[in-house]
Amino acid sequence: MPQILVEGISKTFRVAERNPGFLGAFGGLFHRRHRSIDALRDVSFSIDEGELVGYIGPNGAGKSTTIKILSGILVPSSGRCEVDGRVPWKERREHVASIGVVFGQRTQLWWDLPVIESYDLLRDIYRVPHSRYEHTRDELIEMLDLGSLLDIPVRQLSLGQRVRCDIAAALLHEPSILFLDEPTIGLDAVSQLSVRAFIKQLSRDHKVTVLLTTHNLDDIEALCDRILVLSDGQLLMDGSIAELRDRYGDGRYVAVELESFAAVAPEHEERIVERSDSHILFSVASDVPKFIDDVLSNYPVKDLLVTHPPIERVVATMYQAERIEH
Amino acid sequence: MPSLTTALLRSYTAVVAARFRLLLQYRAAALAGVATQIFWGCIKLMVLGAFYAAAVTTPPMTFTAIVAYVWLGQVLIGLLPWNHDPELQELFTSGGVAYELLRPLDLYWFWFARTLAFRTAPTLLRMVPGIIFATLILPLIGLPEWALPAPASMTHGLMFALSFTVTVMLSCAITILITISMFWLIEARGLSTFMYGVVPVFSGMIVPLPLFPDWMQPFLQYQPFRGLCDVPFRIYSGDIPLSMAGQEIAFQFVWVVILILFGYGLIARARVRLVVQGG
Repeated sequence: MPQILVEGISKTFRVAERNPGFLGAFGGLFHRRHRSIDALRDVSFSIDEGELVGYIGPNGAGKSTTIKILSGILVPSSGRCEVDGRVPWKERREHVASIGVVFGQRTQLWWDLPVIESYDLLRDIYRVPHSRYEHTRDELIEMLDLGSLLDIPVRQLSLGQRVRCDIAAALLHEPSILFLDEPTIGLDAVSQLSVRAFIKQLSRDHKVTVLLTTHNLDDIEALCDRILVLSDGQLLMDGSIAELRDRYGDGRYVAVELESFAAVAPEHEERIVERSDSHILFSVASDVPKFIDDVLSNYPVKDLLVTHPPIERVVATMYQAERIEH
Repeated sequence: MPSLTTALLRSYTAVVAARFRLLLQYRAAALAGVATQIFWGCIKLMVLGAFYAAAVTTPPMTFTAIVAYVWLGQVLIGLLPWNHDPELQELFTSGGVAYELLRPLDLYWFWFARTLAFRTAPTLLRMVPGIIFATLILPLIGLPEWALPAPASMTHGLMFALSFTVTVMLSCAITILITISMFWLIEARGLSTFMYGVVPVFSGMIVPLPLFPDWMQPFLQYQPFRGLCDVPFRIYSGDIPLSMAGQEIAFQFVWVVILILFGYGLIARARVRLVVQGG
């Protein structure tokens, strides 16, 4: 029995609409038009204990909606969902006591209180025994390097500091599952790395199940063995990053540095992804050795590098391909 | 399960305590509030005093009872449920309500605890200078007939304390309805403006309810806002006799139960159709 089970979940929101402008606003007083938005359409997947799964998709794909259903905040329109054998929205109170959630764009800390007071408050709200709490708290403070931030009111923290404090706050009651909704959004490179390292450690040493939504594909590449790809409320893919590359990221990128500027033959021209002076980046779909031969014999090559296409490209290709199929 | 109950209480009291600490930071607002209270108390007493001096028939309340009514009202004005917690408003407009649902607490009582803190913390802070003015300073400056009298008797005082406790619950039960309305309205300013007009009048804060025309009395008697000022203040002064006090407190309590059940039902309905703002 998997720890998280989602079967055929759909969620439809009803939103009120009105015509633009003053007349539209006035008309809205008397007659409301409603439009249904399918945020999720028949989504199914399951996650085992201890897995670290990345959840990606363009804006509005339904990632956050899924997280909110899994954490018992939203009730789906149809479908079945069980986490640790519980239906999240039906047994909400028992359920939320065993999960931790971080919404990267919002804080769960009390804005005007020093960080440590928010923690103490959460201890009382989650009814964590004092000795247990102190142990967990100190461990988190050390792992996330929060020691110098504890007495500062939350409103004075930088975004990176705040997110680290928020992640610790979500783990004070030692949940076995952690949902992270865009935890690295807006963070600088250093903060991103430290958050990433922490998530990795948490998953490896504490066997916490992690479901992570993000737009930052470096996060996914660094952390996740498995990804779920969502678009327009539908699950497009459930598999490893290698599978993703196989399906949508065929071919290689060939980066070439030239001795001097040179014109490129038309049959090569169409493969250029980027060019700046003597640096050219080609995308090569098939028969890479032959292409390299061609390049070496035709141009004054100083240096050459063959890589996988960056995952951003792969994902962009996939989104495009799937959209056309619709 | 006594241990579970204490644990639950502990988590709710933690929320109340945190809120207290926060609100107590706003000292300037508290001082301004105190000055306004005292000013309006004096104005009301001047106006009502003039009416009493010119009265041709015997008014339905003694002037001492009026003075107690006015001062208690001014001192406890912060308890009137005519606005709502801006912190909770913020949760609805920003989508932070998601975090509220992540707590292993019953949402209604969690918000009740927050509302209790929102209503009582500033009131406790502001009532002290108001009471000092109304009991000690007014006699000193030669206006003893305007001073807040002691309760009619020890028993009246105790009954007032009981009735007042129910008042606090009633006030929270009404305030939380304004909060819950945000599930539908997102922005509760409209409803608050409406309450701002209704609550002070029908609670008796503007003019003591017994002074309203006779034809309005049957209606005024049974509406819930009467439990906010009229009942406890008149028990205090003895205008409601002790024999009636128990019945009046029961009246308040029935409204508390009705409003809590109503709020509870609304939250349950709102949960199913909840849309969290901002994705």
